[in-house]
Amino acid sequence: MSEPLIFDRSVPGRRAVTFPASDVPAAPLPQGTRQSPPRLPEVSELDAVRHFTRISESIYAIDKGFYPLGSCTMKYNPKLNDVAANLPGFAGLHPFSPEGGAQGALAMLWRLERILCEVAGMARFTLEPAAGAHGELTGMLITRAYHRHRGDDAKRRKVLIPDSAHGTNPATAAGLGYEVVEVASDARGGVDVAALRAACDDSVAALMLTNPNTLGLFDEHIDEIAAIVHGAGGLLYYDGANANAIVGRVRPGDMGFDIVHFNLHKTFSTPHGMGGPGAGPVGVVESLVPFLPVPLIERDRDRYHWRWDLEHSIGRVRAGYGNFGVLVRAFTYILANGRDGLEDISGHAVLNANYLLARLGELFDVPFDRRCMHEFVVSAKTLKARTGVRALDVGKAILDRGMHAPTVYFPLVVEEAMMVEPTETETLEVLDAYAEAMAAIVAQAERDPESLHAAPTTTPVGRMDEATAARKPVVRWTGEAAN
Amino acid sequence: MSYIPHTEADRRAMLKRVGVASIDELFDEIPAAVRLKRPLAIDLGLTQMEVEAELNRLSAANAAATATCFAGGGAYDRYIPAAERSLLQRGEFLTAYTPYQAETSQGTLQFTFEFQSLMCELTGMEVANASMYDGSTAAAEAAAMARAATGRHAVAVSAGLNPEYRQVIDTYAEGLEFPVRDSVDGETAALIVPQVDFLGRLVDVTAAAKQAHDAGALLVVVTDPSLLGVLEAPGHLGADIVVGDGQTLGLPMSYGGPSFGFFASKMDLVRRMPGRIVGIAHDHDGRRGFVLTLQAREQHIRRAKATSNICTNQAYCALAATIYLTLLGPQGLREVGELSYQKAHYAAEQLSRVPGVRLAHPDAPFFCEFAMRAPKPMVAPLLERGYLVGPDLGRWFPDLKDAFLVAVTEKRTKAEIDGLVAAVREVLA
Repeated sequence: MSEPLIFDRSVPGRRAVTFPASDVPAAPLPQGTRQSPPRLPEVSELDAVRHFTRISESIYAIDKGFYPLGSCTMKYNPKLNDVAANLPGFAGLHPFSPEGGAQGALAMLWRLERILCEVAGMARFTLEPAAGAHGELTGMLITRAYHRHRGDDAKRRKVLIPDSAHGTNPATAAGLGYEVVEVASDARGGVDVAALRAACDDSVAALMLTNPNTLGLFDEHIDEIAAIVHGAGGLLYYDGANANAIVGRVRPGDMGFDIVHFNLHKTFSTPHGMGGPGAGPVGVVESLVPFLPVPLIERDRDRYHWRWDLEHSIGRVRAGYGNFGVLVRAFTYILANGRDGLEDISGHAVLNANYLLARLGELFDVPFDRRCMHEFVVSAKTLKARTGVRALDVGKAILDRGMHAPTVYFPLVVEEAMMVEPTETETLEVLDAYAEAMAAIVAQAERDPESLHAAPTTTPVGRMDEATAARKPVVRWTGEAAN
Repeated sequence: MSYIPHTEADRRAMLKRVGVASIDELFDEIPAAVRLKRPLAIDLGLTQMEVEAELNRLSAANAAATATCFAGGGAYDRYIPAAERSLLQRGEFLTAYTPYQAETSQGTLQFTFEFQSLMCELTGMEVANASMYDGSTAAAEAAAMARAATGRHAVAVSAGLNPEYRQVIDTYAEGLEFPVRDSVDGETAALIVPQVDFLGRLVDVTAAAKQAHDAGALLVVVTDPSLLGVLEAPGHLGADIVVGDGQTLGLPMSYGGPSFGFFASKMDLVRRMPGRIVGIAHDHDGRRGFVLTLQAREQHIRRAKATSNICTNQAYCALAATIYLTLLGPQGLREVGELSYQKAHYAAEQLSRVPGVRLAHPDAPFFCEFAMRAPKPMVAPLLERGYLVGPDLGRWFPDLKDAFLVAVTEKRTKAEIDGLVAAVREVLA
């Protein structure tokens, strides 16, 4: 039974929240006030509570079960993080509070920035970007400003991006008017160094790289790659999407990267919130600090303040000071874990991934016969050839078994790809249960492939007709019956 | 403390299965030359009790957060209903990701559809997306979308727009290489105006629409959605795109974030819209449901040809606003607007009676925020007395060196307003 739209529960005159009557003399409203009120729902508080409780029940979440969505780092989000972000001194703080009245918040931000610098091997971080993609935009604006400052921008019009990269990388570079040049992967899943060398000349602004990459593989040629790009005068941009694999083990700065973004909602366990808010702080090496967005946080003895006068700053990328509530959560998580805990995180994330790879490798094709990092990609290519059951079907079938699908059909360089990222917070029993569920699905594929094309069957709805939805978009309630 | 569940026996069994002797060996493929050969220079982990004590200490060191709030400039101290705060603690909402698997994300998709519908109702527009990072980036994305839709080059920004939004638009413009001007001309793709300007004054949106449309440009209106129970919907005044920040719809100020940006437009612009959009769909049995739709605009499909690099949105914050608007209903939202208006006008009148203090724009109609001039700096001494006002305006407006903003919401009582007035007298005495 599906939950009606909240608008369809509305009864004129019903109310949940009321406000105290005005305690000041009346002033006449200005001219041009609203002619007809917006048609907001009119419901009781209990109606509202039931509606949102019911719709929450149809959402799969980490708090309910295993969520090995590759490249998304769906680890446990400790409840302590949310408690911290909701403390009155943080949640109730106005962004235009004088610095003297916000020293606790500023101290927290300063400490968080120092920690991120240490983890990344960078000189400074901006905490402003609101998400990973926003961090990429910030990083590429810094790249452009750097080349412009050197009088080089007119000729540096290319950004190199491996064919295994996230879609945000080419979208960011192209959005800024760069020509995106795709660099092929080699037989071991890393950047094809010969292809990179051939593509590198003085027209290159930057290489955007995720390492470990979206195949879950660490690029063993990273020092050579850095030397080639730097030799051509380009910058190295580190997409931190997969940083959960490397914290405390290897630092982007030591690999030769110039600009780094971290996704705090991945590596530092702030909740994904169904797709945001995240936070995508950007770190840079010393020579790029003057180009960072403003403001930056500074400390003079025991006093913290914002600095607005950076020499070549790209300006502001967001009003306010970033997604502060997300930054509080990440800071809380880092305090709890400490250097010992952070190193354990990467270690156990990689252990869990390799263990699950060993088990799923018995069921599916393994495109790269290597040790993986925090995630891995297997392929349903052989299964499809033998039974007609595709990666999509496998992903849908696992939903029927009460667990979440891997990321499917990404990265694009592997046919019938299934990308699995278990994260460090899952137990051996959970990993075994997932492997056994996958084995049961493969057995079902051999026996009765048709049944898998119909999966899932136990969820509130089955596979949706997305093509019709996009052709005839219904994207809002209009007052008429929606179905 | 650690959130890792492995026992020593688990680790041994797993390492054996993988075929290595230690966890460190799993990192062998990382070249030794780049590996970190020392522990991170970060403190050791703390227990939950210790972490909580430290965070409490940092939280308590923000006196501005517990002052009686009359500050404005884009973030406001509005009431957040208890039922909303309670529902938002549900783990399903906090710990799910983007609804890529529609079958197990119907709740996310449904509330997003409801959110889009609510934003259309408030703004008077035909379509809204699933949210943006914040109001400032929504305004910058609106500028970019207008350029793509009109094939024109430049954007014009009204002087009354939030100066932080203007700074963000300038940053995007520098990166995307387009000019930002102060007035409309034949190259203008969009005129960007606030419905209520940064100094609290009401703007004639109808006149701005005529100005934009006469020049062949689109009109982008930036507005505070919490006032749209009282103010006319921008869509009814000629807006083509309406954007703004949603903090006022039930989100804590949280030092400026997270909140969300909303982005609404006319239907003919939908295929150029940035961000996620949810639509109704049906499954093979004809059951109604919801999906992410019109994805051919987006980066994960189009890569270098996407309309924007936006990947995620601010879904959890958009949910907060959806619950907030549901709990308030049309009457509640109207009361929020009216109470803020009445109390702000009372505060302005009382403050104006203090010798030396006067409204910066005595003849301009305002809504719930206004600029006051005073003979000496007021923000710091008022904070010492337990009242937060501001920001100071001299930072952006050379002709307002002696002025600061005062904003009044439905939360402020007459007694608190009178207390502020008394504190102002005391500072100036």
